[in-house]
Amino acid sequence: MTTTPEEEVLETTTLSTQPAPVREPSLGVVGMMRWGWRQLTSMRTALFLLFLLALAAVPGGILPQRGQNPIGVRAWIEDNPTLGPLLDRLSLFDVYAAPWFAATYLLLLLSLAGCVLPRTRMHWRAMRAKPPLTPRNLSRLPVHRSYATDDAPADVLEQARSFLQDERYRVNAYDGSVAAEKGYLRETGNLVFHAALLVLLVGVGMGSLLGMSGSALVIEGTGFANTPARFDVLETGRMYGDDDFDPLSFQLEEFRATYEESGAKRGEPRTFEADLVVRDTPDAAERLVTVKVNDPLVVGGTKVFLTGHGYAPRFTVTDGNGDVVLSEAIPFLPQDGNFSSEGVVKVPDARPDQLGFRALFLPTAAVTEDLGPHSTFPAPIDPAVFLASFRGDLGLDSGRPQSVYSLDAEGLDLEQLGLKALRVGETYELEDGAGSITFDGWEEFATFQVAEDPGKELALWSIVVALAGLLLSLGIRRRRLWVKATTADDGATVVEVAGLARTEAGDLDGEVEAVVTALRKE
Amino acid sequence: MAVNETLATVSNDLVYSAMAIYAGAFVAFSAELAFGARSSARPALHTEAAATASGAAVRTLSQATTQAPPKQSRFGRIGVALTVLAFALHLGAVVTRGLSVQRVPWGNMYEFSLTAGLAVTGVWLVLLWRGRDVRSLGLFVVGPVLLTLGLAVTVLYADAAELIPALKSTWLVIHVSAAVLCAGVFSVGATASLLYLMQSRWERTGGGGRLATLLPTSASLDRTAYRTNAFAFPLWTFAVVAGAIWAENAWGRYWGWDPKETWAFITWVVYACYLHARATAGWKGRRAAWIALAGFGCFLFNYFGVNIFLTGLHSYNGL
Ligand code: HEM
Repeated sequence: MTTTPEEEVLETTTLSTQPAPVREPSLGVVGMMRWGWRQLTSMRTALFLLFLLALAAVPGGILPQRGQNPIGVRAWIEDNPTLGPLLDRLSLFDVYAAPWFAATYLLLLLSLAGCVLPRTRMHWRAMRAKPPLTPRNLSRLPVHRSYATDDAPADVLEQARSFLQDERYRVNAYDGSVAAEKGYLRETGNLVFHAALLVLLVGVGMGSLLGMSGSALVIEGTGFANTPARFDVLETGRMYGDDDFDPLSFQLEEFRATYEESGAKRGEPRTFEADLVVRDTPDAAERLVTVKVNDPLVVGGTKVFLTGHGYAPRFTVTDGNGDVVLSEAIPFLPQDGNFSSEGVVKVPDARPDQLGFRALFLPTAAVTEDLGPHSTFPAPIDPAVFLASFRGDLGLDSGRPQSVYSLDAEGLDLEQLGLKALRVGETYELEDGAGSITFDGWEEFATFQVAEDPGKELALWSIVVALAGLLLSLGIRRRRLWVKATTADDGATVVEVAGLARTEAGDLDGEVEAVVTALRKE
Repeated sequence: MAVNETLATVSNDLVYSAMAIYAGAFVAFSAELAFGARSSARPALHTEAAATASGAAVRTLSQATTQAPPKQSRFGRIGVALTVLAFALHLGAVVTRGLSVQRVPWGNMYEFSLTAGLAVTGVWLVLLWRGRDVRSLGLFVVGPVLLTLGLAVTVLYADAAELIPALKSTWLVIHVSAAVLCAGVFSVGATASLLYLMQSRWERTGGGGRLATLLPTSASLDRTAYRTNAFAFPLWTFAVVAGAIWAENAWGRYWGWDPKETWAFITWVVYACYLHARATAGWKGRRAAWIALAGFGCFLFNYFGVNIFLTGLHSYNGL
């Protein structure tokens, strides 16, 4: 392999602690292992692993992922019955929890650690060493100027020394020359950046081991307590126990939403607010907190976020015997931006037959031929419910798990009775004297995300430090200047000024020129 | 809070005016390409190549790169003047849009495209003003900006309106303005990388005709690409971190592998690859430039692809 003069100079007077390219392996087990380790911590491998990491993340950016979009995953597999299960077996719907993804980033981190430690040692040494000896042949450096003068060599060098020192170079005088170097912080910044990435991963890891996150639905006028049983969905870290939950509780007093009233964006949400009466601990005093979308409730290490909302129509149901068997607000799931909401009312206590209703709650009800019953505005301006009623056996004792949001008549011993639309206060007397249902009104509900992540401060600070290191690394140029003064045969003094920089960025020419100008000014 | 319809209309008119002037600049730059004076870039280039080949006179190389930029043609100067004018109108359009809704004007794809286009022109003008050898990139900056604005007013257009609650946050200002600026810097960097790939090929084959003589040397283009991308990378890091802080503030987790977050991560890693490649033997030059283009591809996909084809939490109202 031939090297250019620049590379030759660079190799003898390196300005970076970058690992050298790996050469042939030596024989023997130790030799091979050493070679393997060097290979793993080489620049080329680092580049390859970074590539691999980017590539490994791509499927998760295209295919739906279970953690984010479980419904999308199910639909994708159903639509692609041959490819779907195959991809699923390869963890392509759980990319970020897949063993091969973990292998990629762990390998990269190993390479990173193995690279950063020796580089730090080298840099530490370089920072305390004197600027290196002046190369024999300055004219081979990338930037080189020379001129002749009558000044004595010693005077020129003394001048050069003081000028470079004023320019904040680290300077060392050798016999017949001066060597100066500047920009050590570049390498420092680069090492800090890489080391901080390692710390970042520790922070991320802490979050997933010691943190929790869950979501809960709370109807106006009801409460929430931060205990595992109260969540609809809950994920806890492997090292997060039941007694780690912060003992906070709150009551949802009121939820408020406003919407754009007119124009093309009519119905688009404008504000969401939830008034909570909070107790930080069971013995603490109550306090009133208003939670907004970008403004969570914070209690100790736990944060409570407002993430969604919907309607919970209130019903009273009497059974065939004339007894009131249900009177409560039941949360319905919003189906569209105008909050057409679906839900079911199950009345297992009704006698002689159990009763069930499939229902649609429409905050601003309208019926058209092509859309059927639907809502035209998300706020409850003119609410109505549309009910389909059933009687028979709801199958709740069958042991088969059921959703509280759906009533699947198939496979159940249910008889459909009739359909009815109700306004607030109206009652639907069921056919055959099976009972009645009254639409009493509605409450709003809010969904809250509760999260605790003890690693997030570490993650934040490490990335801030990484960013600072990165700015130093990319913003500072490391360069060396040499000034050499020799007496020529004719008695004149020949002054040579030369420079070398780590990167092509910046104005090395200008800096060399500045030295020349300063020296010739006298 | 009501929308000021007059200002919103003024903003729209300014967008169309800016587009007209950009089109003029585009024509001027094209004319420069077609009839402009030949620059002196080519001869300098040959001495450079010869110098490196001989291995002796590296000095000539550094001197060649510092020589005065090639003389501007009249068409080129007209192009720059028109671009400055178009930029002023464009800036006016963005500001009036913001004033009409009394918030930062980047709440939907239309506004984001409008502002990102402004950032692209702005970055180019700043580089030009600071004496960088980028003037002959004009055609390749104004063209994409015009295209972006065309797309914005036709496909992405959304009437001025108040924000949805999820976007009402100081972090919108911080996170999105950093991302918009990144769009500008990355675009100029990618343009330089692309032209570098073309020019470095033409320098070997002697092809490229007038365009090759008009463009800066491949070494200069490579430097421009590196500087812009190296400036954009920490900025992008910051934009992603600000996004993560916002996500933590709004959803209770700073990172959730939402498609937008995933592609931001991929973009970040690919640009880290680019910076690494430039320090790795055997990967400098053309290979590194391809990586930079791949990074820009990921950045663009994150904006257009993710918003249009994938569903996630990142809502852009109006599309
Ligand atoms: C998490 C993975 C990594 C990321 C995101 C990353 C990112 C970066 C970035 C952005 C730079 C550019 C900074 C500059 O040019 O000064 C850089 C430089 C550098 N990286 Fe990494 N890196 C990673 C892993 C590694 C590994 C494993 C090594 C070990 C071989 C390494 C060695 C280097 C070196 C030596 C430089 C300085 C290049 C120079 O001399 O200018 N990096 N890295």
